[in-house]
Amino acid sequence: MDLVTPGLGLIFWTSLVFFLLIFLLAKFAWKPILGAVKTRESAIEDALKSAERARDEMKNLQADNENLLKRAREERDNILKEARTMKEKTIAEAKEAASSEADKIIAAAKEQIAHEKMAAITELKNQVASLSIEMAEKVLRAELKDASAQTEMVERLVDDVKLN
Amino acid sequence: MQQKSVLLTLTLSFLGYGSTAFANGSEHEHATTSHEDTVQHVADEHAHDAHAAHAEGDAHGEEAAHGEEEAFDINEMIMHHIADSHSFHLWDTEDEHGHVHAVSIPLPVILYTEDGLVMFMSSAFHHDETGSHVAEVGGQRFINVHGKIYHASEEANAHGAYYEEHDGHPTNAMPLDLSITKNVFTLLLVAFLLLVVFGSTARFYKKNGAVAPKGLASFMEPLVVFVRDDIAKDNIGEKHYERFVPFLLTLFFFIWFSNLLGLIPFFPGSANLTGNIAVTMVLALFTFFVVNFNGKKDYWMHIFWMPGVPYAVRPILAIVEFVGVFTKPFALMLRLFANITAGHILVLSLIGLIFILNSVAVSALSVPLTLFISTLELLVAALQAYIFALLTALFIGAAVEEHH
Repeated sequence: MDLVTPGLGLIFWTSLVFFLLIFLLAKFAWKPILGAVKTRESAIEDALKSAERARDEMKNLQADNENLLKRAREERDNILKEARTMKEKTIAEAKEAASSEADKIIAAAKEQIAHEKMAAITELKNQVASLSIEMAEKVLRAELKDASAQTEMVERLVDDVKLN
Repeated sequence: MQQKSVLLTLTLSFLGYGSTAFANGSEHEHATTSHEDTVQHVADEHAHDAHAAHAEGDAHGEEAAHGEEEAFDINEMIMHHIADSHSFHLWDTEDEHGHVHAVSIPLPVILYTEDGLVMFMSSAFHHDETGSHVAEVGGQRFINVHGKIYHASEEANAHGAYYEEHDGHPTNAMPLDLSITKNVFTLLLVAFLLLVVFGSTARFYKKNGAVAPKGLASFMEPLVVFVRDDIAKDNIGEKHYERFVPFLLTLFFFIWFSNLLGLIPFFPGSANLTGNIAVTMVLALFTFFVVNFNGKKDYWMHIFWMPGVPYAVRPILAIVEFVGVFTKPFALMLRLFANITAGHILVLSLIGLIFILNSVAVSALSVPLTLFISTLELLVAALQAYIFALLTALFIGAAVEEHH
């Protein structure tokens, strides 16, 4: 049957044309097309990957921010706390210093007062002594105006000595 | 798949016999004879080979041409349409004397004879395909008998044709016919179209870089990627597929474009390129060579000394596998040929019905059916290209596969 008998001419032309076609298309069509498709595919893949990376980074950044915020808040709290304790301490210290100073002042004042009192007492004593001596002198003078009184006196003194 | 090809080949041969029946029916001037009766009648009478039946039909056609009433011979019509030709037949005209003249585009005839290359236009045969018009070129005489070119005999035979015949076939010497026939023309056209379409697709990327495709590129790129990923990568494997992609792409698009061009019923389409056994044979041979030249150790091991089966069975398997090396591309050749030819025959038969029954009313049935079949053929065109490329990829995959 003619239908299933391959013709030599057509075999020749088909082989030639198909062979050339493979090479021509491979060089001028398939290579650039597949190359472009591949380049684009890898570009898309890269873009997706970098987007993913960016998202991760963003997440990290956000976490960092939160951490930072948390830390800042903690620090603020710490500082506040410290300040409060410092204030309290300062106040306590001041109070203590003030009270000790006051004590000291009071003590000094007391001492001064005691000292002054002693001095005053000593002076009073001295004045009382000199006053007494003066008064004794005046009394003696008055009493010992006559000689009998003087003798009686001596006698009494002698008696006193005897008694001793 | 194999089953389908066999079925189509059967359909094809049935149509061959059946149409002879119609020719005989009209010879007896019984246009209304029922189909089944005639087939039965002819099947009994012409239970010999198709060649004889064909020749009879032709002889009858010749007679009818000289008679008053021209009988329609669907066998000749179909065979003429699916066979290769030395010209592009456009239409027939009838002059004032009632002679029928074909209007066709002549194609160059290139013959390699003992005296070297001979070239002339097919118009030198004056549309004759019965061998009754001798073309004299450079001192050599040629005739065209059903699209085949022979050296002409000195004297005409009883039918006025310049050839000796035996069993209805000319026995004259044939020069090596390297003509640009209808199929070769279509072949070149397909090659040209492929280069233009994919050349400009490639140019798009060269000009714009690896950007998102636009226009033609956006249409072609998914197909290219489909062949690369779904045909090549899936069947050959990640490791080896890349170097076979250009071959598979060329194969797929060549077959697809040829199939589509064959569906166009007028110039520059209409040639039955992928329904020609020579073309499918060459394509299958390419697959055969690509597969076997790339066969790895494991591939040959599996053919000649199948591991994992008893030693006694291995020689038997080796024979089976060795035959398989050839039957695989052979099946590829037949499948494409039979599918495309069957499609053409179906369309031609449906159109032919109008002329067999000699009634315009039949077109009410023929036209929708033809439309349906043609639409189906559009699908088949892509499907067969896909199957050919897919199976080729599968065979390559088996050849380059390495077992560990």
